[in-house]
Amino acid sequence: MKRADEFLQMFRQGEEFTKELLKENEKLRFRIAQLEETIERSSADAKMKLYEERIGSLEEQLKSLMERYQQVEDENKDFASKYVEVEEQNNALANLYVASYQLHSTLDFNEVLRIVLEIVINLIGSEVFAILLIDEKTGEIVPVAAEGTQVDSIPKFRVGEGIIGTVAKDGESYFSPDLNDSDSLAHWNPVVCIPLKIKEHVIGVIAIFSLLEQKGGFTNVDYELFHLLAGHAATAIFSAKLYSQSERKRTTIQSFLELLKEKPSR
Amino acid sequence: MPNILVVEDSPTMRQLITFAMKRIANTKVIEATDGVDALKKLSSESVDLILADINMPVMDGLKLVSLVRNNAAYKDLPIIIITTEGAKEDKERALAIGANAYLAKPIQTQELIRIVNSFINP
Repeated sequence: MKRADEFLQMFRQGEEFTKELLKENEKLRFRIAQLEETIERSSADAKMKLYEERIGSLEEQLKSLMERYQQVEDENKDFASKYVEVEEQNNALANLYVASYQLHSTLDFNEVLRIVLEIVINLIGSEVFAILLIDEKTGEIVPVAAEGTQVDSIPKFRVGEGIIGTVAKDGESYFSPDLNDSDSLAHWNPVVCIPLKIKEHVIGVIAIFSLLEQKGGFTNVDYELFHLLAGHAATAIFSAKLYSQSERKRTTIQSFLELLKEKPSR
Repeated sequence: MPNILVVEDSPTMRQLITFAMKRIANTKVIEATDGVDALKKLSSESVDLILADINMPVMDGLKLVSLVRNNAAYKDLPIIIITTEGAKEDKERALAIGANAYLAKPIQTQELIRIVNSFINP
């Protein structure tokens, strides 16, 4: 009986021990699960951190690319505006080259005047204008060619008189603040007056009284053309005038010489 | 190689237009001093586009346009008018008789090149 009690007690102790072991096992399983969860979480955090770093780095790259893109776009805009500028300069140079080439292509006085008229009509866009030259003997400024009006209808001017006379005296170009002045022709007050100068010596003027309807105002190339006309047209007109005078003299002298040659034979 | 017939009595303008046309690749410029000269050149050479002034001696640009348009062989030949006449009615008249485009002087070279290109290199 005693042995049976001892066995029963031992069995109960064993049962309690087993229960304790099971409890402990349960705790350990729970702990393992907790640890596994912690490990998993820390790995996700690490991944997240890695992703965040990657995103940061990509954002940096994007920012740098955006900056580079902006820089390239600015450079492109700069190139485009430079291209337009170069194109404009190219056209201006072509205009100036053609004008200069034509002006010096002949020594015929009337032909030179015609070329100056062509340049002022076609390249500048003037409607009514005249070329006036200073008569060295009388000191008067005499109209020699005109477009849009009869040359005979334009009066002569004295040096220092009115806009035309003042430009001829001072040798400085005149630009009216009102390029569409409708009274310009009525009072012979040009809207633009350009001196024809050989160095500082004024030989005449180009007086523009009105511009073509479509010509809104002057561009840089127009001012370049005015500058070119002031010098090159003056030289071309002066050379042609001298050439025609010397040709006349040469013809006269030649006629005399021929007369002298003929005399002894008579 | 497109052939461009430039009809202009002013040597300055002819030279300037020729200069501009040389900037379009592979173009050949044929020059004529008035409408009659242009018709002669048109009958003897192959022309792909005409650039014509209006105010010219012998035969003006408008007469030239109407004669060219009345010839079935040239009914599709592009004609661009370049003139000092800048009024709206002048432009309408030129377009009505068959011009394809109208440019008032003083011309902007880039604009001229752009219009010519739109016909020969569409």
